[in-house]
Amino acid sequence: MSRLQVVSGKGGTGKTTVAAALALALATEGKRTLLVEVEGRQGIAQLFETEALPYEERKIAVAPGGGEVYALAIDPELALLDYLQMFYKLGSAGRALKKLGAIDFATTIAPGLRDVLLTGKACEAVRRKDRSGRFVYDYVVMDAPPTGRVTRFLNVNDEVAGLAKIGPIHNQAQAVMRVLKSPETAVHLVTLLEEMPVQETADGIAELRAARLPVGRVVVNMVRPEVLDPDGLELVRTVARSSVARSLSAAGLGGARRGGHAERLVDPLLTQADEYAERYALEHEQRAVLGELGLPLHELPLLAEGVDLAGLYELASELRKQGMS
Amino acid sequence: MSADKAPAQEGTRRLSPVRVLDVDPLLDDPGIRIVVCCGSGGVGKTTTAAALGLRAAERGRKVVVLTIDPARRLAQSMGIDSLDNTPRRVKGVEGDGELHAMMLDMKRTFDEVVEAHADAERAATILSNPFYQSLSAGFAGTQEYMAMEKLGQLRARDEWDLIIVDTPPSRSALDFLDAPKRLGSFLDGRLIRLLTAPAKLGGRAGMKFLNVGMSMMTGTIGKLLGGQLLKDVQTFVAAMDTTFGGFRTRADATYKLLQAPGTSFLVVAAPERDALREAAYFVERLAAEEMPLAGLVLNRVHGSGAAQLSAERALAAAENLEETRIVDQDGGKAGLRNSPDTYGSSEATAPGTPAADRDTDGGSPTGPDPERSADQLTAGLLRLHADRMHLLSREQRTRDRFASLHPEVAVAEVAALPGDVHDLAGLRDIGNRLAANRPELPEAEA
Repeated sequence: MSRLQVVSGKGGTGKTTVAAALALALATEGKRTLLVEVEGRQGIAQLFETEALPYEERKIAVAPGGGEVYALAIDPELALLDYLQMFYKLGSAGRALKKLGAIDFATTIAPGLRDVLLTGKACEAVRRKDRSGRFVYDYVVMDAPPTGRVTRFLNVNDEVAGLAKIGPIHNQAQAVMRVLKSPETAVHLVTLLEEMPVQETADGIAELRAARLPVGRVVVNMVRPEVLDPDGLELVRTVARSSVARSLSAAGLGGARRGGHAERLVDPLLTQADEYAERYALEHEQRAVLGELGLPLHELPLLAEGVDLAGLYELASELRKQGMS
Repeated sequence: MSADKAPAQEGTRRLSPVRVLDVDPLLDDPGIRIVVCCGSGGVGKTTTAAALGLRAAERGRKVVVLTIDPARRLAQSMGIDSLDNTPRRVKGVEGDGELHAMMLDMKRTFDEVVEAHADAERAATILSNPFYQSLSAGFAGTQEYMAMEKLGQLRARDEWDLIIVDTPPSRSALDFLDAPKRLGSFLDGRLIRLLTAPAKLGGRAGMKFLNVGMSMMTGTIGKLLGGQLLKDVQTFVAAMDTTFGGFRTRADATYKLLQAPGTSFLVVAAPERDALREAAYFVERLAAEEMPLAGLVLNRVHGSGAAQLSAERALAAAENLEETRIVDQDGGKAGLRNSPDTYGSSEATAPGTPAADRDTDGGSPTGPDPERSADQLTAGLLRLHADRMHLLSREQRTRDRFASLHPEVAVAEVAALPGDVHDLAGLRDIGNRLAANRPELPEAEA
C-alpha cells in the first residue's frame, strides 16, 4: 500500500469527501494518517465539522480501533517561510522578503513555485520520522487539485528541476519527484457515472501515465441505488396505464378511474421512471467505459442526507470493505 | 386514507424564489456587452455560457462565447474541435444573429501580448526565455490573466454585440478578479527593481539600510534558485520591462471594464450545499468589488409532476403493495385484492372496466402473474418517487438557505436533464429552460 495517496477528480465529484473517507479508512486499527489540503478551500474543516484549519498538523478525528486522522491545510506563503527557515535560518529576512513582495511573487506568480511548495510539504510529511526512526504518519492522503490540473501539479518539480539546474531548489525538486514517481505514491481519480467526469477521468489517466506518475484506483462516487432493475424497466415500457392505476388504488392512493387520484399519478410516475431509465442506460454505458480503463474500480453510495460526519465514517467503512485500505 | 386531502398543485413547482431572473431581457439589452459566468467546478458553467450564447444569437445578436477548457463533447456541440485562439462561427444557428465560439489558448494569448508590446528583437528574447516558456505554458494563475487579457482584446475589437465569458476553474473561483491587481502589485513591488537593477535604489536617502538587506536578498535568491535560473529570471524581467507597462494598463482597463455598466455577472450553481455556499461567496465578493451581478443561474433543479404525493405516503403505499404480494403468494389467491373494499372508499369502481383494461396488459398465461408484476412495478415507481421527493426537499432546503442569505439575488432555475448535452439542439433546450423561469418536467418525454 502506497504511503502517499493522492486523490483527484473533476470539480463536483466529491474528491475532498473521498480523500477524507480514505484517510479515515487508512487510520482504522491504530494507524495514523495525515490528510492534506492544498487548495485553501477549508473543505476538510467543513467536512469534519471543525473550525477552519490553521497551517498546523492537527488531530481532527479518531478512527475505529484507535487510529487517528490529522489534518493540515498547507498555506504556500507559510510553507515558503518555513522552508527558508529550515534551510537558511532566515527569521527576519523572511519577513523582509515578504515586504518586498518576494513571497507573493514566489507563491503566486513565479512559475510552479507554489505547487513545488505544496507537493514538497506533503512529501516531507511522508518521509518524516520520529526519534525512534519510525514514520510519524503511516499514510498521507492529499486532497489534490482537480483532474484537469493534477498532472501538471504533481509534475511541477520535474519542470522546476529543469529550470533551476543547480542549487537547493533543484535538489529539493528532484527529491520530491523521487517520491511522487515511486510506488510510494498512488494517484486516485474520483468520478461520477456521468459522461463529462468519466471522459475527464480517462483523459487524466492518460496524462498521468504519460508523465509516468503512478495511477492508483478509480472511485465512482455518489452511486445511486438501483430502484428498478432491467426487468422492471422493461415493464415500464409495456405496462398498461390502467394496471398501474389499479395497483396505486389498491395501495390506498385513491381511485383508479379516469380522473381519480391514483389515475392522475400514473403519468407523472411513469415520466419519472422514463427519466430513471434514461439515466440508468447512461450510467451503464459509463460504467462500461470505466471498466475499459483497466484499473481497480470502487463504488461509493450516494448518501441520501448529504455528507455529514456519520456519512464520512460510513464511506470509510465502505472503502475498507472494498479493500481500498 | 384518501388522496383527496392532498392539495392540488400538479405541475407546479415548490416555493418560488424571492426574485426571478429573466434572462431574455438581459440577452436582448443592447447596452449589455459582456456577460461573465462564474461558479465553482462541475456546476455546468461552460454549458450555461454556451446555451446563453446560442439563445442570444438566435434572438438576433452577434455573439462570441469565450470558453476555457470545455469538455470535449460540449466543444464539439458548438463545432469547436480544435484549440485555436480565434473565434469561429458556429453553424446551424437559427435566425439572423451569429454565434462565434473560441477556446482560450493561454500560451498563444501570452505570446500575442509580448509581440504586441515589444519590438521584434526583444520579443524573440522573451519568447525563447525558458522562464517565460514555463510561465506561459499554464502554471496556476496564468490562465486567469490570459482569460482577462483575451476578454479585453475581444471587447476592444468591438466586432460583437455580446461577449459571453466562461471563467477558469480556479482554486478560489474568483482568482480572475484578483489577477489584474496581483499583476499590479507585483509590478509595483520592489522585487522587480531588485531583480533588474539593484544599484538604482541606493541613491535615495533612507533606502540605504534596505539596500543592504537587498543585496543580501539577491544573494539569497541566487542561492535558492540556482545561478542559472536567477539569470533567466533577470533576463526575462529585463526584457519584459518595457512590455510590463502595457500589460499593466491593459489589466487595469479590463478590471474597469468588468465594473462598467455594460457588463453583467451571472453566478452559476447547482442546488447542492457546497455549490451554493461557493455561490454565496461569489455574490459577496462581487458586491465588494462593485461588479454588477445580474443573478444566479441554478442548474439541475429537479421537479415532480406528482408533487402532491409526499415521500412518506409513497413509501407507505409501496410497502403496502409489497406486503399484499407476500400475502397473495402465501394465500395463493391473487384475486383477493380485487375486491371492491380495497379501493378508496370514496370512489366507486366502475363495473366492467377492470376486465376491459386487462386486455391491454398483454400478459401471457405462462408468464408471471401480470397483476403481481404490476404491483411490483408500481411499488418501484413509488420508491422512485419517494427518492425524487427527498431530493426535492433537500434541494429546497439548500436554496432556502441561499435565499435567506441573499434575498436580493434574482434566480433562474434550469430543470435537470437526464443526460448530457451533445449538440446545438441540447444547448437550445437548456436555453429554453433557462428562460422559462418556472421550468416544468419535459412534457415531450411523458
